[in-house]
Amino acid sequence: MAILSCPLPRPATDRILLAHGGGGGLTNQLIETLFLPAFSNSALESRQDGAVLSADGAALAMTTDTYVVDPLIFPGGTIGDLAVNGTVNDLAMCGARPCALSAGFILEEGLSMETLRTVVVAMQEAAQAAQVPIVTGDTKVVDKGKGDGLFLNTTGIGVVIAPRAVGPQSVRPGDAVLVSGDLGRHGIAILSVRGGLEFEGAITSDTAPIWTAVEALFEAGIEVHCLRDLTRGGLSSALNEIASVARLRITVEEALIPVSDIVRGACELLGLDPLYVANEGRFVAFVPESDAGHALEILSSQTVSAGAVRAGTVYENSSGIVTLRSRVGGNRVLDMLSGEQLPRIC
Amino acid sequence: MKFLDEYRDFSAVQRMAQAIRFSTMHPWTLMEVCGGQTHTIVKTGLQSLLPKEITLVHGPGCPVCVTPLEMIDRAVAIARQPGVIFCSFGDMLRVPGSTQSLFDAKALGADVRIVYSPLDALKLARSNPKRELVFFAVGFETTAPANAMAIWQAERERIPNFSMIVSHVLVPPAMEAILSSPACCVQAFLAAGHVCMVMGFEQYAPISRKYRVPIVVTGFEPLDLLEGVQMAVAQLESGRAEVENQYARAVRRSGNRPAQKRIAEVFEVTHRAWRGIGEIPSSGLRLRDAYRRFDAEARFAVEVGPVEESGECIAGLVLQGLRKPYECPAFGTRCTPDTPLGAPMVSSEGACAAYFHFGGGKEDGDPLVSIAATGH
Repeated sequence: MAILSCPLPRPATDRILLAHGGGGGLTNQLIETLFLPAFSNSALESRQDGAVLSADGAALAMTTDTYVVDPLIFPGGTIGDLAVNGTVNDLAMCGARPCALSAGFILEEGLSMETLRTVVVAMQEAAQAAQVPIVTGDTKVVDKGKGDGLFLNTTGIGVVIAPRAVGPQSVRPGDAVLVSGDLGRHGIAILSVRGGLEFEGAITSDTAPIWTAVEALFEAGIEVHCLRDLTRGGLSSALNEIASVARLRITVEEALIPVSDIVRGACELLGLDPLYVANEGRFVAFVPESDAGHALEILSSQTVSAGAVRAGTVYENSSGIVTLRSRVGGNRVLDMLSGEQLPRIC
Repeated sequence: MKFLDEYRDFSAVQRMAQAIRFSTMHPWTLMEVCGGQTHTIVKTGLQSLLPKEITLVHGPGCPVCVTPLEMIDRAVAIARQPGVIFCSFGDMLRVPGSTQSLFDAKALGADVRIVYSPLDALKLARSNPKRELVFFAVGFETTAPANAMAIWQAERERIPNFSMIVSHVLVPPAMEAILSSPACCVQAFLAAGHVCMVMGFEQYAPISRKYRVPIVVTGFEPLDLLEGVQMAVAQLESGRAEVENQYARAVRRSGNRPAQKRIAEVFEVTHRAWRGIGEIPSSGLRLRDAYRRFDAEARFAVEVGPVEESGECIAGLVLQGLRKPYECPAFGTRCTPDTPLGAPMVSSEGACAAYFHFGGGKEDGDPLVSIAATGH
């Protein structure tokens, strides 16, 4: 037998890697070691999808998001409706009715006017559907080769209608974990049209505004403890963030989590896990056990959350982990995504 | 989904687990050879369904984990050459070399791309005739036919701007290396089903006889793995040591002859260093002389400094099944998938990453088992 040796430690990276934007461990590290210390304040430190601020007695929510999706137009949507829905959804996750959006465009020299028009029309339609006006904006053009056609930033302001704090700190042992529909369609729709994969299928993004479903929960008097949209990093990352802040254990049943056959098939082929794939019209809601049945009925009656299910339960446990009971009945930890989700070799 | 759901069926899996519990009388240590099998075991929590007498140790069958540091440094150096488009399978990009990973090289401006097939890399070579396309050919016998095919095709079409770094490894010599170690604790193998799909399993009979060890060719779905365990345990309990085929729906005794022919035409067997284990004789593949002009290492004469693997990581012991990942003092603390000390923490097929992702942080004893014990 040969002499055993061990690999060298990896030096801390001194460059930004793609994974710093992946929504997983490296993104968190960047936020915790650079942004939070630099900008420290209580709204930021709550680490929510948006900040909740009080202004003359009213609670306002504010959020911002930048969109760099490639391709700009994909099955089921464009960067434009994505940017409107994404920001409206982040407000909804604070329990806030969206009031107004801004739009900042970074355009690359040479972008086709036709593409821009398509994107703008999609934004207009999405804003109309979400009943939120785009009230201010900005346009910059960068040299050819310095942008990927079009980058888009939207910022949103909303009025908080939630009667009590909505967030991980409000989650309690015994809460039911509701997932608003099938997972993974946005991520797989984007992958299906990215260069090189040549993957065909009738799969479309789930991009949609989810405010109506959230509003219905509040209007029915459901005691909503926490809401989180399942964007980058998918369900696993959202649950892990919540479990770690709440210092509770979240347990989900794999067999109860809806994933369409086409997404499952694509994930099998590509070596990905649908629980880590991005969504743009899905969220998770934590409600007390006593409200779970009623909440599920309400979600099921709304188009955007018609496929809602109860996927799990919260337990007392200070470890802040997420566990999953697999389809075959085994138990394991469901961890946060680290770096980009990469296809496996074999 | 057909051909998947049947092998992930709750009742069938529970029945098989019950059968294993029923027939296990003694403690046994089994090694699943392939990283894909490790991935399924941890992803579906299979260990938590097995009786405590059965210990599964994770073998060296993760191509990303066993690719030597020096080879990764060479790949990074070639990727950074002007005009090069460097392609590999996804996992390979994140593996740390001595100073950089391929992802780091990409961040510094190298054109590094993920492909799903070497034939896609060949396609990129055709459509970018002014660029040099280099493919990083890693993997076991499973990926060898497609890589051989790409070289064969490039030769036939006389594509001048395509080359490969060949770092292929072979499974049976690694199994022998593990068995011949005085510290070996493995009593039976679940052999890598997809390797056997290509190569067949005739070459395992002498190993099984020589070391008196049951070898069960096993698939990758939960039910496959449990059936593999059940067959291995039945042999161990009755004192048999034979080669059996659990994965009969995919594997024939003689394997895939046309694929073997293509491999043999393009590649020849060579000694190969395994990361964390060291050099194993006749355990790798390299290009034959007739195809040497596709050798990227010859085409790009890059200088790679001497590399030194250092102290803390116990990857070598993990890859041989002598230690569990969580028995490493750095596991989950100084060594995580974001800051890997060793390759097994990088690939999702790597035993350490699998434990980190699916087994959680370091706890007393086996984290998978302790989670199972908490119920729910």
